[in-house]
Amino acid sequence: MKFLRNGVEKLRKLYHAPGSRFHKLWPAFDAFETFLFAPSHTAPKHGPHVRDYVDLKRAMNTVIIAMLPCLLWAIWNTGQQHFLAWQGLVDAGKATHDAYVAGWLQSLLGMDSVSPGAPEYVAFGLQRMLPLLIVSYGVGLGIEVVFSILRKEEVSEGYLVSGMLIALIVPASIPLWQLAFGVAFAVVLGKEVFGGTGMNVFNPAMLVRAFLFFAFAAQMSGDAVWVAGNNASHLIDGFSSPTPLAIVKSNEVLDATAELAKHHSTADLFFGNVSGSAGEMSKFCVLLGAAWLLLSGIGSWRTMLGGVLGLVGSAFLLQLFLPAGFGGPATLMPFEHLLVGGFLFGIVFMATDPVSSPETVTGQWIYGALIGFVTILVRTVNPAYPEGTMLSILLLNAFAPTIDHFVVAANIRRRKVRLERQ
Amino acid sequence: MTATTAAPVVTARPKAPLFGKAEVKAIKDPLWDNNPIALQVLGICSALAVTTRVDKAIVMGLGVTLVTALSNVMISCIRNLIPNKIRIIVQLVVVSSVVIVFDQFLRAYMYDLSKQLSVFVGLIITNCIVMGRLEAYAMSNPPWRSFLDGIGNGLGYMWILIVVGTIREILGSGTLLGFHVVPQALYDAGYVNNGLMVLAPGAFLLLGVIVWVQRSISGYSEKH
Repeated sequence: MKFLRNGVEKLRKLYHAPGSRFHKLWPAFDAFETFLFAPSHTAPKHGPHVRDYVDLKRAMNTVIIAMLPCLLWAIWNTGQQHFLAWQGLVDAGKATHDAYVAGWLQSLLGMDSVSPGAPEYVAFGLQRMLPLLIVSYGVGLGIEVVFSILRKEEVSEGYLVSGMLIALIVPASIPLWQLAFGVAFAVVLGKEVFGGTGMNVFNPAMLVRAFLFFAFAAQMSGDAVWVAGNNASHLIDGFSSPTPLAIVKSNEVLDATAELAKHHSTADLFFGNVSGSAGEMSKFCVLLGAAWLLLSGIGSWRTMLGGVLGLVGSAFLLQLFLPAGFGGPATLMPFEHLLVGGFLFGIVFMATDPVSSPETVTGQWIYGALIGFVTILVRTVNPAYPEGTMLSILLLNAFAPTIDHFVVAANIRRRKVRLERQ
Repeated sequence: MTATTAAPVVTARPKAPLFGKAEVKAIKDPLWDNNPIALQVLGICSALAVTTRVDKAIVMGLGVTLVTALSNVMISCIRNLIPNKIRIIVQLVVVSSVVIVFDQFLRAYMYDLSKQLSVFVGLIITNCIVMGRLEAYAMSNPPWRSFLDGIGNGLGYMWILIVVGTIREILGSGTLLGFHVVPQALYDAGYVNNGLMVLAPGAFLLLGVIVWVQRSISGYSEKH
């Protein structure tokens, strides 16, 4: 490592001092250096010492570790769903193995579709997920570095989490140019205009999804997009599979639990052997990530628990008040709402974003519970959208400062009353 | 009445140049430095509603320009006769007359566009730019200058509408003034139109970006 350190030291001279040759690019150099080496700050001999130095870099790395199970499952399941779908078409006589077109990684490894196993799954998953990650990180970090240089600020680590989240919450079949467009939109208009990391009102990753959802609805919703393929639009010709929530969306479904059971077993839903957005399918992996976030103290357990209680509670209450004959997702068992759709992923990884969620302890309970409530409303009462997690998290992001304001005001009022009583 | 009071105002300053400093300012200011949309944030409702296509944006811009200019002149002519307490009603009567004339004109000569713009032509009456200019300018300035001010504000509104409309039409429908500008080859390569641009939020985002760019260039900042 010594030669690397020396090399960086040598380059450093070109950037660091004001007036040196590439000083304008200092933020980019600084970002690169802190990526390679830990900063050499040490505690002073005297004075106040912090017990635990959790800086942004460590917090972000912890979240990335929490997302790794989901990412690994995304790679595996993208491949698994792809080959299941293809085999289904072959069995139905709509396709033949000879007609299978291999993607770039598959051709490189000389793989075909005849008897796919673990290596084939992983190869296909990597083939789809790697480009998504590269585009998401490349475009987002590129814009961040440009803005940091223009503003003469340090490049912040905030985007490292957003970049991975983005790849996990879009369908694996999304065209890369659309993803790049969405990322550019969210980073510039959702983050940089507000002042960069820590200043954004909305969760940037969720903004990418919202932008894509409304701008390119055909590639973000419907039945065809959830299983990735190798044709020009990254789909499998002639194959469609509705997500669990879409299966029960119709108002004519009077017993959603039974309808769902016809297609997927509870274990499949829990472990994620279903199609959906790349990273949210396996609730098991999400729970692993949640456990890690809670153990490390990075994620707010109040937001998570509040969200789960809000979701299950409002689903339960809704059933009590629904008119007879009202079908659709409202007839799911309340806890099943956790197993379908991306709510669990959203509440664990996106709602707990410390920037766009409330600061106050009570506020986090209210915020989480309202996310659950609005999600249930969109899922059951709204006739158009099967899933409401994205919309509810964005809506509550906008209200987070308001929630904080009222919690603080209530606290001040309570203490005032106590003071006057004395 | 109108003519007799307007006359002395015009003849009282025969030496005033046709395009003096005040006149140039009246027409140039609203185009950039004091733009009704980018700086005063007025007329947003119609800017969201009619900018899905450029032709709608142009006609709407022309309409607002015409209405603002003509009603500015009329109010400016009778500004010394209007009792202060009922001035808003008088202004409204003048504005609505001009708007009705414009609306009838559209129906007679551009029926299709008139259908598409639907209520938004009639709603020019409530456009804050029109009332704002009457109150802020025409009530205290002579007719010629008020006319130029109306033209300036209308054009300031129009160019922003056209910019928003151009971007929305190209990205949202792949056309410009109804002609296909996005080549078919691009669609074949997997390009699709951006649905967000057809929705009102798309216009909101674009307006926000325009305000951002305009204020960065003009150096305007809100006083806190």
